[in-house]
Formats: sequence, C-alpha cells, structure tokens
Amino acid sequence: MTECIECGAEVTLHDDLEVGEIVDCSTCGAELEAVDTDPVELDSAPELEEDWGE
Amino acid sequence: MNFGILYSRIRKDEKLLLSELRDRGHEVTKIDVRKQQFGLSEPPADFEGVDLVVDRCLATSRSVYATRFVDAYDIPVVNHPDTAGVCADKAKNSLALVENEVPTPETTVAFTTDAAMEAIEEFGYPCVLKPVVGSWGRLMAKIDSRTAAEAILEHKETLGHYEHKVFYVQEYVEKGGEDIRVLATDGEPVAAMVRSSDHWITNAAKGAATDEFGLDDEALDLVERASDAVGGGLLGVDLMGTEDGYTVHEVNHNVEFKALNEATDVDVPARVVDWLETKAEQAEVSA
Repeated sequence: MTECIECGAEVTLHDDLEVGEIVDCSTCGAELEAVDTDPVELDSAPELEEDWGE
Repeated sequence: MNFGILYSRIRKDEKLLLSELRDRGHEVTKIDVRKQQFGLSEPPADFEGVDLVVDRCLATSRSVYATRFVDAYDIPVVNHPDTAGVCADKAKNSLALVENEVPTPETTVAFTTDAAMEAIEEFGYPCVLKPVVGSWGRLMAKIDSRTAAEAILEHKETLGHYEHKVFYVQEYVEKGGEDIRVLATDGEPVAAMVRSSDHWITNAAKGAATDEFGLDDEALDLVERASDAVGGGLLGVDLMGTEDGYTVHEVNHNVEFKALNEATDVDVPARVVDWLETKAEQAEVSA
C-alpha cells in the first residue's frame, strides 16, 4: 500500500510492481506511474500522446 | 543473455515479456528511453553489456529514432529501425505492401484539402480518412457524406499539426464487422485472433471482442509476404476478409499481445522469447 499523490488515498499495489508500470487510484481515478519500487514511489503518469501505440 | 528492454511505460505486454525472460534466467536491463541521451558515436551507459535491445517504446517517434541510434552503435536491436520507419507511417506501410504485391486497400495520399476532397469524391461514400501516424483506432474517420468530409478536412487543416495535412484517404472495406490480428516473428505466425465489433473500428484497444482464429493457407502466405515487405521482425499483421480474399491493411512494429495471449491457448510471451533468444544467438554469432 502507498499513498495516492493526487488524493492521498491508499493505493493497493501488486507484489510484482515494476518501475514504469501504471497503477490506477481506485478512489480518485488518477493514473500513477511507479518511478521506484524500493521503496515504492508514485508520480503522476504522463498524459496520452498522439503517437502512442503499436 | 542480457536483454535490454527499451521502454517508457511497462504495459501488461512488457510485464509478460519481463517475467518470461527472468523465468528463463536471462539478465534483463530495463532502459527508460525518457532518461537517455543519444550521441552520434557512443551509446548511453545503460546499454553497456546488452546482447539484444528489444524496442518496446510506447511512443512511435521515440521508437523510430531510438532504434536508429541503437543500430548505429552496432548493438543488435529488434525491430530494425527500417522496419519501424515503414510501419510507423501508414503511407510508407501501404507502399511497402503494394511493392511486395500484398493485397491492401486502395489508398490515395493528398496534401491539400481540395486534393483530398477530390480523392474522397472519387472513392465515393463511405470512405476512410486516417492519420499517417497513430494507433489504437484513434482519429480514424469513416466519411459518409460530402458535408462530413468538408468538416473533417477543415478541422484537420485548422487544428492538426503538419502530419495531419498529409491526407491518407482509403477505400472503405466491408469486412463483416471483424478483422484479424496475427502476431508473427519473421513471417511465422505465433497466434491469431479475430476482433469483432458493431463499430466499424475493430481494434482490441477500442473494446472489440476477441477470439482465436485459425489461419488458412492464403492468410499464412500473406502474413509471410507482409512481414517480408516491411523487413521482418516481431510484427502484428492486420488483415480483413473480403469477398475477394484477404486484404492487409497494416503491419504494426511495436505489437501489443496481451489481448491475443488471452484469446488463444498459445503461450504468446514464451513464443516471443523463443524468437528473441534466437535473434540474440544469431547476433552473437555474427558479432
């Protein structure tokens, strides 16, 4: 568990969280990027860009 | 072996790959492309000791440039930057398919709204207008009338950046509400699925229903030829079934496979890693 940087609610995390993975805050819906896992540090995820995809 | 995963976001696809690589005892070097600076001769320090770089950049622009630099450093990289360059751009993609005699929808590119309007009228309604760079079915327009065409072209000309002034007009293919995604490694299919939707856009990213699909000889042949057309690699080949056979509308170079992995019994990440191991071994031999 760690705190959402947007709303302060507790965010549940998977055990196998990877740096670069996105997690959603179930309280406020914010997309958060894991920028570190030891200890876990979350930041706001980048906004969708037009050239993202396959 | 040491596999460098070039990324900016770890999607489920990357997690599947990372897990498979680690389970097999490989070293994995995660390289966040956002933190790199690419000079003209020496690779960034993060690439030290990597046997094969696997491009999983989410942003097409980064994928195209980063793979070009990595290749210039003589570090083996999949997919090759030439493949990325062709697949990243729908116009280049279409040209490559036609040059290799792969059936693909009729397409016209124009650079002004007047010329694009003429092309649209020539195709008749409905027809399709797509951005040359883009994915996940975004900014695709099925044009049902001249008034709709005028509005879309005006919006693109006024609001879009320069790439939106490359008007990519395509025939509307009646595909029966579905298309087919094939994941292939150097032209050899790993697995395939059919994507169905009531909407004319049938991307999995748009919520299309998916189911396993068995490829017939015609499709197998087209997947191999489409792969060859863009230079091979780990690719997502998209086909539509028509009354006259299949037509290939695009080949994706940074293919996502989580939906395919769920839709089929094939262990997709395992098959992908089989192929990555082969590529790394081949690179080691030729080094």
